[in-house]
Amino acid sequence: MTNRALPFIVSSRTGLLPKLAAIGLCCSLWGCNGTDSTAGKNTGAAGSGSAPASDAADLEKFEVNTELQGKVLVDGSSTVFPISEAAASEFAKRYPNVNIPVGSSGTGNGFERFITGQIEVSDASRPIKQDEFLKAKEAGVDFVEVPVAYDGLTIVVHKANTWVDQLTVDELKKIFTEQGMAKNWSDVRAGWPENPIQIFAPGTASGTFDYFKEVVAGKEGELRSDMSTSEDDNVLVTGVSGSPHSIGFFGVAYFEANSDKLKAVPIVNPKTSSAVMPTPANIESGEYSPFSRPLFIYVAASKMGRPDVKRFVQFYVEHAATLAQQTGYVALPQEIYDRALKNIKAKATGTHYLTAEGEKRSGSVMDVFQDANRTSF
Amino acid sequence: MPSAASPELSTAVQQVFANPRRSLRGTRAREVIIYFCLILCACFSILITVSILGVLAKETWNFFQDEDVTLANFLGSTKWNPTLGSQHSFGIWALVSGTMLITVIAMAIALPLGLISAIYLSEYAPTRVRDILKPVLEILAGIPTVVYGFFALMTITPMLQRVLSEVNVFNALGAGIAVGILCFPTVCSLSEDALRAVPRSLREAAYGLGGTRFDVAIKVVLPAALSGIISAFLLAVARAIGETMIVALAAGSRPHVTIDPREDVQTMTGYMVQMATGDISNYDVEYYSLYAVAFTLFVLTLTLTMIGNIVRKRFREKYE
Repeated sequence: MTNRALPFIVSSRTGLLPKLAAIGLCCSLWGCNGTDSTAGKNTGAAGSGSAPASDAADLEKFEVNTELQGKVLVDGSSTVFPISEAAASEFAKRYPNVNIPVGSSGTGNGFERFITGQIEVSDASRPIKQDEFLKAKEAGVDFVEVPVAYDGLTIVVHKANTWVDQLTVDELKKIFTEQGMAKNWSDVRAGWPENPIQIFAPGTASGTFDYFKEVVAGKEGELRSDMSTSEDDNVLVTGVSGSPHSIGFFGVAYFEANSDKLKAVPIVNPKTSSAVMPTPANIESGEYSPFSRPLFIYVAASKMGRPDVKRFVQFYVEHAATLAQQTGYVALPQEIYDRALKNIKAKATGTHYLTAEGEKRSGSVMDVFQDANRTSF
Repeated sequence: MPSAASPELSTAVQQVFANPRRSLRGTRAREVIIYFCLILCACFSILITVSILGVLAKETWNFFQDEDVTLANFLGSTKWNPTLGSQHSFGIWALVSGTMLITVIAMAIALPLGLISAIYLSEYAPTRVRDILKPVLEILAGIPTVVYGFFALMTITPMLQRVLSEVNVFNALGAGIAVGILCFPTVCSLSEDALRAVPRSLREAAYGLGGTRFDVAIKVVLPAALSGIISAFLLAVARAIGETMIVALAAGSRPHVTIDPREDVQTMTGYMVQMATGDISNYDVEYYSLYAVAFTLFVLTLTLTMIGNIVRKRFREKYE
């Protein structure tokens, strides 16, 4: 399944058939890789789409190493999935004998499998939570925390939706929380049509759900219970793009790949009171607040002695900026990747997002992701 | 049996009985072994059923042991939200109503269409037409349900959206129609068998009394075959209730009570698919809720089968 990857899968219309086609295509390309390195060039071009030429060139030059063998299991967030898939597929071109299946069962499920030692790398669209940290400590699963990209959690409506020009966090509360429970669009803002709102949300085990819940409903609040949920972001895309009165949310990459069928809603930044679109520039600058967030991978420290795991993770971080851009996300500052690489090489374990007392740290990645903030066990 | 036609067979039989080494004890022992082998095979289905039932019952019991769950809530509430919201509620009716809505829509298509086609095939169609139609029906029955599900999502629903207003992209109507198409060959084929099993003498007597073709088909043959037709109907209903892939793909994932077929609904099977494919943390109450739903589904289908048996006995006509 390593060659299932490549970012252009995400850009497929609704998934199934194009995905099958993509699998076939990748198989054929991968098959000729061992002997012909120009094949990599072709795949790179097919996958990148909008990536700048200099970044793409960086991924095109490589040598094939067939000696390294192994299997690196990756699972977790469906939001991080496209980046990990791209990383796995690029890595497989260089090391065709390392098998890297990437799952997307949700951040929570990913951590669960990670803590029980079933997988080597856990994708997460939020930092590790305190209870997960404690469970990992109990199980003795030490880990290295690696931020890989920025995501702008994107709120989307149907393409033909003419009334929603922008949304404030308070209006999102009306739509999405138990206290709000707006039935019709007219309940959200006077003047909007009296049609029932249909909501499509990621499953409760996903980090995207957790993140959205915390921002919109707060730590104690809850999102409403009558939403349609799915772990598969493509189902959400199908749902929102097929229902004129719907609203939904997911990672920006799934919007970028389906921007012909969906409309992203500008969100009013609570501090500046201006409506902001989830563009790369706005996400990187933090202007797209409060929905811009970092994405992570967590690597089991005990498995980093294995050459396949170590090389894959190093490769991932070295190319994370390019891979993130190729898959529709936003690259972190190079400084962050340098720090992460240093941590990997030094096996510096622990999370930066919890204090020693278990309190949650928040703030920009540059501020939080520092050696001084690292808490390990 | 034309015994003279196969001399090889008769010599073979003679050879078996003429075997000089056959002893009575050996034969008896072999008969006993064969007897028990056959019993074992027959019991295998019972064993499987009992063990599945056992697992279902045990895990359902576990489900009701959870402090969040009460039987009154399970049977008395119409809200099913095991993961969302602050107040988790396990009201099975939200899922049962979804299943029922899909089943009613499917049967509204499959039963009339299936029965009418069966009457045509059995009473009206020339042999050549039947020779073409029957295999086509069998092909229809052989299409994998995931294809029907995709068909519902990508073809039926867009067509519905063009005709009706306010049809959701995931909706009960599209999924129900697809399930109906799925059940149609079952109804047609089984009903046709029942109709054709009616003795020819009955038809001839009716024609002799001056009945038209329609009179004979509707007033004589149909009532005579009623027991078989009801069996066909009940089998189709059971299939519609248990159908999974179509509803998982096309019906949606919002459990609620509604009779509006344009809305999205979640069926019992649809919920089980959604929960079983990732969204669930193991051994929590959501996990056990899967078994409670499965148990309900089982009870529902079992009841249906029992009713079917009673009805079939009551309507059985014997012509020997």
